[in-house]
Amino acid sequence: MMSMTHLLVFPVSAKRLACARNLPQLVGLGLVLLVDWLVSPQFFNLRFQDGRLFGSVIDVLNRGAPVTLLSLGMTLVIATGGIDLSVGAVIAIAGSTAAVLINSGLSIWVVIGSTLVAGVICGLWNGLLVSVMRIQPIVATLILMVAGRGIAQMITEGRIVTFVDPRLAAVSGGSAFGLPMPVVIVLAMLGITLLLIRASALGLLIEAVGINRRASANAGVNTRMILFLVYVWSGLCAAVAGLVLAADIKGADANNAGLWMELDAILAVVIGGTSLLGGRFSLVMAVLGALIIQAMNTGILLSGFKPEFNLIVKSVVVLAILFVQSPSLKKLLSRSDGR
Amino acid sequence: MEKMAGKAEWVENLLEVRGLVKHFPGVLALDNVDFTLRAGEVHALLGENGAGKSTLIKILTGVHPRDGGTIRLDGVDIAPRDVADAQRLRIGTVYQEVNLLPNLSVAENLFLGRQPTRWGMVDVRAMRRRTADILAGYGLASVDPAASLGAYSVAIQQVIAIARAVDLSAKVLILDEPTASLDQQEVATLFQVMGTLKAKGIGIVFITHFLDQVYAVSDRITVLRNGRVVCVEKTSELSRLALVSMMLGRAMTSLQLRPSHRPPVGDGVPVVDFHHFGRHCYVHPFDLRISAGEIVGVAGLLGSGRTETARLLFGLERVENGSVAVGGRPVRLRSPRDAIRLGFGYCPEDRKNDGIVGELSVRENIILALQARRGWLRPLSFREQERIAAKFIAELDIRTPDADRPIQFLSGGNQQKALLARWLATEPRFLILDEPTRGIDVGAHAEIIRLIDRLCAEGLAMLVISSELEEIVAYSHRVLVMRDRRQVGTLTGDEATADGIMATIAAGA
Repeated sequence: MMSMTHLLVFPVSAKRLACARNLPQLVGLGLVLLVDWLVSPQFFNLRFQDGRLFGSVIDVLNRGAPVTLLSLGMTLVIATGGIDLSVGAVIAIAGSTAAVLINSGLSIWVVIGSTLVAGVICGLWNGLLVSVMRIQPIVATLILMVAGRGIAQMITEGRIVTFVDPRLAAVSGGSAFGLPMPVVIVLAMLGITLLLIRASALGLLIEAVGINRRASANAGVNTRMILFLVYVWSGLCAAVAGLVLAADIKGADANNAGLWMELDAILAVVIGGTSLLGGRFSLVMAVLGALIIQAMNTGILLSGFKPEFNLIVKSVVVLAILFVQSPSLKKLLSRSDGR
Repeated sequence: MEKMAGKAEWVENLLEVRGLVKHFPGVLALDNVDFTLRAGEVHALLGENGAGKSTLIKILTGVHPRDGGTIRLDGVDIAPRDVADAQRLRIGTVYQEVNLLPNLSVAENLFLGRQPTRWGMVDVRAMRRRTADILAGYGLASVDPAASLGAYSVAIQQVIAIARAVDLSAKVLILDEPTASLDQQEVATLFQVMGTLKAKGIGIVFITHFLDQVYAVSDRITVLRNGRVVCVEKTSELSRLALVSMMLGRAMTSLQLRPSHRPPVGDGVPVVDFHHFGRHCYVHPFDLRISAGEIVGVAGLLGSGRTETARLLFGLERVENGSVAVGGRPVRLRSPRDAIRLGFGYCPEDRKNDGIVGELSVRENIILALQARRGWLRPLSFREQERIAAKFIAELDIRTPDADRPIQFLSGGNQQKALLARWLATEPRFLILDEPTRGIDVGAHAEIIRLIDRLCAEGLAMLVISSELEEIVAYSHRVLVMRDRRQVGTLTGDEATADGIMATIAAGA
């Protein structure tokens, strides 16, 4: 039914174009990694211990997992011309759900399943507001962004709920295939999302809706279904990220889990070159964007700079990458080429 | 419309362009173009899409830099860097789409960025007073300077845009297809304004697709083809036939199809049979049957309910009552998706907003409806998409460098053909075309009409809406005439002429 072959047979010109377009991000990641290596010469050192890899690079992948997961769903939402501000709150809801349920003695699979369902329900709510009620996405998801923390507090009854279940903790602390579990989860989710989007016609339909919703509807595209789907996927990704974060601290903090993380996710998507106006998108580049952000965070920590520098350095690097991508710079360059 | 040509006294050249050259990647857009504009003349700049008209205009207004040649205004070399710079040099432009701000007042639009001030505050009263004075000069004394611009018709907005450009002390006024969205009477108003400006000694460059208007209003004509000037001539000394053949670069074949003398094919059972179809305050209920191989034309003035009818038929608006049968069987029609499943297709009037998905490639635009109908779980493979796109690009002669070019970079005619291809790929039985030839250059125009005729011969049922009466009678078997949101007549055979349609519209009005 689904075939992967058309993923592989892109015309050469399009491929070369894609490379040129992605150059700023690749160079950006390269530079950040170079600086990381300069401030910490052991940055690229890897060692194998207790059945998994250790090292700063692995740490970047591991720590970056939650934002990377969010950026997968966020890319699809942004590609439709929308935005999902609620993912941070969904993380809190998911974490609280998991912590409370595991303490009530349910089996791990039921806990994980229910947590994911909670994320899907959050996505359905956003989808309902955006596609049926036609509320602007930024306002529609703002509702859950605010209410979601309240819901999470209701689930935890206002306390920080901790748990000891080793199997749930393994979602963050465990390992598989020699990699930390969060990295494996990210790879799996990236693979599933890519398969879902690019091996079906969803990618094309999402882009069509994002570029011109009216024309797409006139061509028979089920725009409502597409919008529901992207918000549901974003909710699901946020729930997975919530599981990872809750497992990391072996507890749920309804107030602080995933706080402001939606902004990092949006940033990752934008660094990845997907326009906030919707349209063409790239999941892989968004993942790269999330890694750039995390590599910076880790590098600043390793360098021993004060943490307050973190935010400033981060914004400077982000600004630089966005500047390189900006249409006015491209115009400037092409103009000087032309003369 | 009275003829204004031939009266103007030629003065010195106001604008003088010599040897203009512009390269774009892979194309020579302008090849040594000379162009002169005299004070107090209306100079029509003509050519098919891609001839170089817009490139010339964009260089004059500083949007593109030039690669060679000189531009002189009043004998002084100029090099506009951007639109604002061109404005300072006294070259004003008004585009087809009015780019003013509909939510601001008329006065604010006229004085945006240069509001008269008093003690550091915007002097609203002075601004409104001056606006009223200016507009009176354009015969728009009835326009309220304080009302928001969006409350007025496109024609009045167009004139206000011109007033703004002129008031920024333009010597050269470029009108880029200003009449494309205006009706006859509005065009007449615009022409009056152009006459007034001529008398003031302003040089007007007039770009349009309507040949009637060229002859009604212009003094001289410059024809561009493939980036070169092929003709500069006084309008009074250039025949229409000569003009059209020069624009096309070939002899024009006549447009006399008249299929109404050829019986529709099919077995007599109508492909679509709409009964008592209508919606309150939208379109008065009507009956409509169309057989295979039959073209039904819909004529009427703007706002007569033509597009509304199309939207009802395609399920974009719900009907309140009425029923529809396809191939003799009653069916449900509540959404475009229902319509597409039934084998309907709809090429809307507003191609840019309702038709094309601009940033997607020609290939993706062509397969979009077919893919949407198959559902997201059954993707067309890349190879299949390429095959379909290549087939229609060849069959409909869609001119594009390759199938992966974003459709927004194609000319209007080629976009229209790609939209037709989108529906043909779904193998439809009933096509609704709303103004299929609007905003399309002369060459593509004739091709689209031949295409309509061919599709009809292949057995498609079609409903074609057009405001070009000559065109509609050329290909329709039957012409429905609409007025005030209801059908007021059906013309067939020898009645179906432009005069007959106008008489029907006028009857009892």
